[in-house]
Amino acid sequence: MRPETEAELAEMIAAAKGPLHVQGGGTRSVGQPVTGDVVRTAGLTGITLYEPGALTLVVRAGTPLAEVEAALESEGQRLPFEPMDHRGLLGTGGTPTIGGVVATNASGPRRIQVGACRDFMLGVRFVDGQGTIVKNGGRVMKNVTGYDLVKLLSGSWGTLGVLSEVSLKVLPKPASAATLILSGLDIGQAVTVMSHALGSPYEVSGAAHVPAAGQTLLRIEGFAKSVAYRAGKIRQMFTQHDVAVVDDAAAVTEIWTGIRDVAPLQDRPGDVWRISVKPSDAVQVAAQLNAEALLLDWGGGLIWARMPEGTDLRARLGGIAGHATLVRGSDASRAALPVFHPEPAPLARISAGLRARFDPRGILNPGLMAG
Amino acid sequence: MEMPVPNADVIARKAQLVDGLARILPAGAVISEVSETRAYECDALTAYRCPPLAVVLPRTTQEVSAVLKLCHAMGVPVVPRGSGTSLAGGALPTADSVVLGVARMNDVLETDYDNRFIRVQTGRTNLSVTGAVEQDDFFYAPDPSSQLACAIAGNIAMNSGGAHCLKYGVTTNNLLGVTVVLMDGTVTEIGGAFLDSGGLDLLGLICGSEGQLGVVTEATLRILRKPEGARPVLMGFDSNEVAGACVSDIIKAGVLPVAIEFMDRPCIEACEAFAKAGYPMCEALLIVEVEGSADEIDEQLAVILDIARRHNPVELREAKDADEAGRIWLGRKSAFGAMGQINDYMCLDGTIPVTALPHVLKRIGELGKQYGLGVANVFHAGDGNMHPLILFDANKPGDLELCEAMGADVLRLCVEVGGCLTGEHGVGIEKRDLMVDQFDPADLEAQMAVKDVFDPNWLLNPAKVFPLAVSQSRRHVALAAE
Repeated sequence: MRPETEAELAEMIAAAKGPLHVQGGGTRSVGQPVTGDVVRTAGLTGITLYEPGALTLVVRAGTPLAEVEAALESEGQRLPFEPMDHRGLLGTGGTPTIGGVVATNASGPRRIQVGACRDFMLGVRFVDGQGTIVKNGGRVMKNVTGYDLVKLLSGSWGTLGVLSEVSLKVLPKPASAATLILSGLDIGQAVTVMSHALGSPYEVSGAAHVPAAGQTLLRIEGFAKSVAYRAGKIRQMFTQHDVAVVDDAAAVTEIWTGIRDVAPLQDRPGDVWRISVKPSDAVQVAAQLNAEALLLDWGGGLIWARMPEGTDLRARLGGIAGHATLVRGSDASRAALPVFHPEPAPLARISAGLRARFDPRGILNPGLMAG
Repeated sequence: MEMPVPNADVIARKAQLVDGLARILPAGAVISEVSETRAYECDALTAYRCPPLAVVLPRTTQEVSAVLKLCHAMGVPVVPRGSGTSLAGGALPTADSVVLGVARMNDVLETDYDNRFIRVQTGRTNLSVTGAVEQDDFFYAPDPSSQLACAIAGNIAMNSGGAHCLKYGVTTNNLLGVTVVLMDGTVTEIGGAFLDSGGLDLLGLICGSEGQLGVVTEATLRILRKPEGARPVLMGFDSNEVAGACVSDIIKAGVLPVAIEFMDRPCIEACEAFAKAGYPMCEALLIVEVEGSADEIDEQLAVILDIARRHNPVELREAKDADEAGRIWLGRKSAFGAMGQINDYMCLDGTIPVTALPHVLKRIGELGKQYGLGVANVFHAGDGNMHPLILFDANKPGDLELCEAMGADVLRLCVEVGGCLTGEHGVGIEKRDLMVDQFDPADLEAQMAVKDVFDPNWLLNPAKVFPLAVSQSRRHVALAAE
């Protein structure tokens, strides 16, 4: 099914007789496998409103992400949360859509400074499991009118409703950027360095550590003079380490696209987990996992780990607070392990209750987020 | 403003309720004498008052849980209260309710600079969160005007903003985790000192739910390192339109100021008379503040001043030192006090697309003339969050009603141009009946379904947010189910 309008989408869902597999571009095949008629939002396209002077963008959910980014680029703006492209890691084809970004709350390295996709979401229009069109939020930056279903829908993986239109806050794209590369640090030293840098007044917009390359990366963005000044200041903080500075724009983009898309873990098969913890817990987590390969982002708060197929990574976290998602897993791994982190009983009950209300027939990506 | 008819059956069981509360709480934590409950009869929306059946002031999450469990079992509505600074009536009691105040829960539980968070009990005031970390050069970013008094609990309930959210976001963007007590007494944690949740974003749902989904007793908040410095610049223009265009151009230019504040002539005049900050007399003033090192500030201000000059300002004033910076902010920060000196006023809170600013200001002026009421505008222009202050005389019969009618028209105007009813104060009772102007029945139904899941009997703050007629069937079913 490929609706061309929101009204058609609503009719199709209302008329559905069985489970529906909701997809944007189909590039983010995360979650338990879903069987059902495929509903693609790819026909719901177009930017309906873009006001650069108000930092606001309203766009239909099936619009290709590349089209959105090109429109923003032409006004010197961007999606600040740097959404990950899952295709490299998951080996999927297809065209990422803005709706897919929102439905998965896809957020990259800059999340540590500016926030996640959900933090830039101003409004949604969606069709619930009964075919009812619902709107929430709007197109203005400050809005506390009623409950925040915008956040609820962001990252709900198409299980509460099918997004038809989203509005986002965008930000100016800085004039320049630089990356400091510290070499030879172990994970403990890297986390300490990243914490100090993120706790400085120098507005670090990316802090990652690639153990395989022995590199710790710190990104600074802004006006050229300001970037040079802050890079100098951060360098002074770490005189005991070997620090190189990359200030070529294309090179900086390439480095962080690689971190964003988990490039260092793409080369070999195996399950890939995404773990969110308190940054200082990263050292212990890394020690306990015995992973094949690791990548640390968000100052250590986000750990990507490649594990032998079927490994129950959560059992190795040893009670450290946080959550782990099996982003890339074989069918066997996903059959054996919950993809999304099991919730405490009261929250699981609430989540189930919300699904029962938004999708009483249980037809929207059924089981995708199930334990 | 209409409130639901109190449940006579609940009121009749007051003695039993107070007795039960006294058994589960320490001495001095239950207030039930009519002379004492009166202190809790309203919040900062003082036009509406109603003493509750009883007030409880627990000190721990366990005590909050025990109170909710009892009220749940007895079918007693509960009105959560932070510091009672809501301008929307968010903490207004009903005669059959227990007010659950968290004011005695104000401890700092954990401070962690390496991971940049602080965990506090939610009765702690907003400013004292920053107060707990500023000696180490950190701060908590959301800064509502009432930050000296308002509690984190209320900030979370209303998803409060402040002057600096253009850069730092509002409460929801700075909230990492909560301990929440559900109406049946269940205690649970959502989020924590790590980012984003694995499953549905229930943290995002709790924030801004106006105390209707649960009582938040502890919060993990993001703290940030203070910038090296900050400096404001003041600009005067001879029309609101030009000032509005200037705001838009600044935002488009790629600089992201931490604050862009806007004041119109009536507000400038009142502030000047009150605070004598030396503001120029003109139609519109902007205060734009940027952050960074001295050189970075110079660079950003150069861009901003260049844009301003293209709009023929009648005044451009750069702060040369801390004293001048203080004077630029002085008038703005005393705006509400200044207006209070000359009149009673009602402060609105609608948000509009920044591009609609000139049109909306013009229409507000026209509405003022039509209603015969003065209006002063002072607001966060960068994010379109308007704060028109409608002036009225509380001692003049009918003036409050006139003011409310005009306020409703202004908020409808905000919705009409693509904005919303409330940007940071919340719906409460004040904007409850206007919800139908912003939302279709299906939109409201989806929101109320969320409340059904968290609080099936509609006992938590039930008379707020949704128009009474719209929520009536649910509240009645809940009553019948007891």
